[in-house]
Amino acid sequence: MLKVRDLTVSFRTEQGIVRAVDGVSFDVGEGELLGVVGESGSGKTVSLLAVMGLITDPNAIIAGSIQYRGRELVGLKSRAMRELRGKEIAMIFQDPMTALTPVYTIGWQIAEQVLAHNNVSKSAAWQRAIDLLAEVNIPKPEETAHRYPHQLSGGMRQRVVIAMALSCNPALLVADEPTTALDVTVQAQILDLLHKLRRNHGSAIVFITHDMGVMAEIADRMLVMYAGRVVERGTKQELFSSPMHPYTRALLDSIPPLTGERPRRLRAIPGTPPNLLNRPPGCAFAPRCTLRFDKCDTEPALGSGQRAAACFRVPA
Amino acid sequence: MSAPLLEVVDVAKRFNVGTRFSRQGVRTVHALDGVSFTVMPGETIGLVGESGCGKSTLGRCITRLYDLTSGTLRFAGTDISSLSQRQMRPMRRRIQMVFQDPYASLNPRRRVRDLIAEPLRVHTTMSEVEIGKRVAELLDIVGLKPDHAMRFPHEFSGGQRQRIGIARAIALNPELIVLDEPVSALDVSVQAQIVNLLADLQERLNLTYIFIAHDLSVVRQVSTRIAVMYLGSIVEMGSADDIFARPAHPYTQALISAVPLPDLAALGSAKRIVLTGDVPSPVNPPSGCRFHTRCPIAQDRCRSERPVLTEQVPGRTVACHFPTDVTSTG
Repeated sequence: MLKVRDLTVSFRTEQGIVRAVDGVSFDVGEGELLGVVGESGSGKTVSLLAVMGLITDPNAIIAGSIQYRGRELVGLKSRAMRELRGKEIAMIFQDPMTALTPVYTIGWQIAEQVLAHNNVSKSAAWQRAIDLLAEVNIPKPEETAHRYPHQLSGGMRQRVVIAMALSCNPALLVADEPTTALDVTVQAQILDLLHKLRRNHGSAIVFITHDMGVMAEIADRMLVMYAGRVVERGTKQELFSSPMHPYTRALLDSIPPLTGERPRRLRAIPGTPPNLLNRPPGCAFAPRCTLRFDKCDTEPALGSGQRAAACFRVPA
Repeated sequence: MSAPLLEVVDVAKRFNVGTRFSRQGVRTVHALDGVSFTVMPGETIGLVGESGCGKSTLGRCITRLYDLTSGTLRFAGTDISSLSQRQMRPMRRRIQMVFQDPYASLNPRRRVRDLIAEPLRVHTTMSEVEIGKRVAELLDIVGLKPDHAMRFPHEFSGGQRQRIGIARAIALNPELIVLDEPVSALDVSVQAQIVNLLADLQERLNLTYIFIAHDLSVVRQVSTRIAVMYLGSIVEMGSADDIFARPAHPYTQALISAVPLPDLAALGSAKRIVLTGDVPSPVNPPSGCRFHTRCPIAQDRCRSERPVLTEQVPGRTVACHFPTDVTSTG
């Protein structure tokens, strides 16, 4: 349903052009949950903001193609995009406090969204808001609808944002680190909720996170991003049981285990992710890679298959 | 057995919020309530719990950034809980702190050299030449290059900034370092580097750590013993391996089971205990056991009578009326 081809997002800055996303391609099938992992600056958020048409910076240059159910989104007029956004594609952000306005009650904020996209009466929209709050397991929805965001806990706010995203039954939901700001016990509740919603609504979800544990729990297929590019792609099973790219492998190795023997030292990845202003030629991970060899000075291509890694050490 | 380095005895910290003119008047937040434990030299004590459980407040009380409301802190045998800020000064050389956010805790207008030299200038009579040497040495210890000394904090990545924060903390050869979420703001690939660095420094400089974090797998990796906190009190304490292998308190069990594992094999087998609701407000904490509102095994007694931290097996203390028996399971 979503087909992204060769997406490149660059920003003009005083120091030069930064390619935040560099030739990223991926597909999302109907009802599928695609997990996107990567560190800060890997381009995972920017590429999905481009899909949502939410990059409004005049210094941003977006190239490539984003097709949603056959419709090209790159270059779409903002009015047409707004029509689509909220109704068919919705997004949940990491920090629910900034996604909500502090000056209106949460019930009103959800109802407003219902009114904007549907031809219904105000009271019907309010009723729908309360139903949605109940669906995301908010206790006493009639009362809570009259509350303001600051009166709710972080987990509650994130539920409100999810309720808002669901208000128009979107076919595609983009969730950008929706549980990162939450405590583990609350994260577990939200992940359970997303499971339930997927079953009931059948929406496709693109889930961005840096937490491999969360990925293992919810993803169907995964993309691993590094320095603006996709370095590996495959099903969750493939990625966890036989990671191909050295970066994916190193990422999994560097997580301290929660069970069994504690290693004396963690297997850390040396160095830091590259500065995108002057990206090294060739493979961006090469300076930190233990398997690098002379060929790594040229850029490895990501194969076109469902299972692929951008690395010369991996047999194509 | 050697003497403890730090003894925390029945420490409480309350904050007043609001003024008498606000709608609800002055309210009291019970941030810490009856916290006691001892820290042996060379140990790492992990403090875990959800946001608002008081773990950072406890760290700040131990370094005396906050004054205690009641209770006693004994550091190397000396009572430091009622020292004035001036009397506390010589103690500050021995107790240092590393903060979570290396972006906020370093003055952006000062060079790295001056940031690291500051504690030396305040606390020692070293000459500028000696200070220069010591700064170079410290940079090397934390894995930075000598030419980094003249740069400003914004020129560094998060991991490197945290290294600067660590260099500052170890500049005076302290005995105890309170680490408040030192790796939480860092990327996973960099997190492991800092965890390893802290372990190396501990061995090399005979440091004792109090490691505050919400990431359970990181805490398990670094800690000798772990204290699990909930709403201002310790609910369970024991050795890191034991607590994770056989948690006794229902809250510890829920907390550990809630962590998603990056391991597909564990996916089907693990039973997740999903707690309902949120952490209650520390302004008016629940009666009896503070966890009873979310506890899956709460009974009438839990609502009225507050459990005290008692030793269940040697080395394991639990504050629960109905703890899981950790002796019988293999």
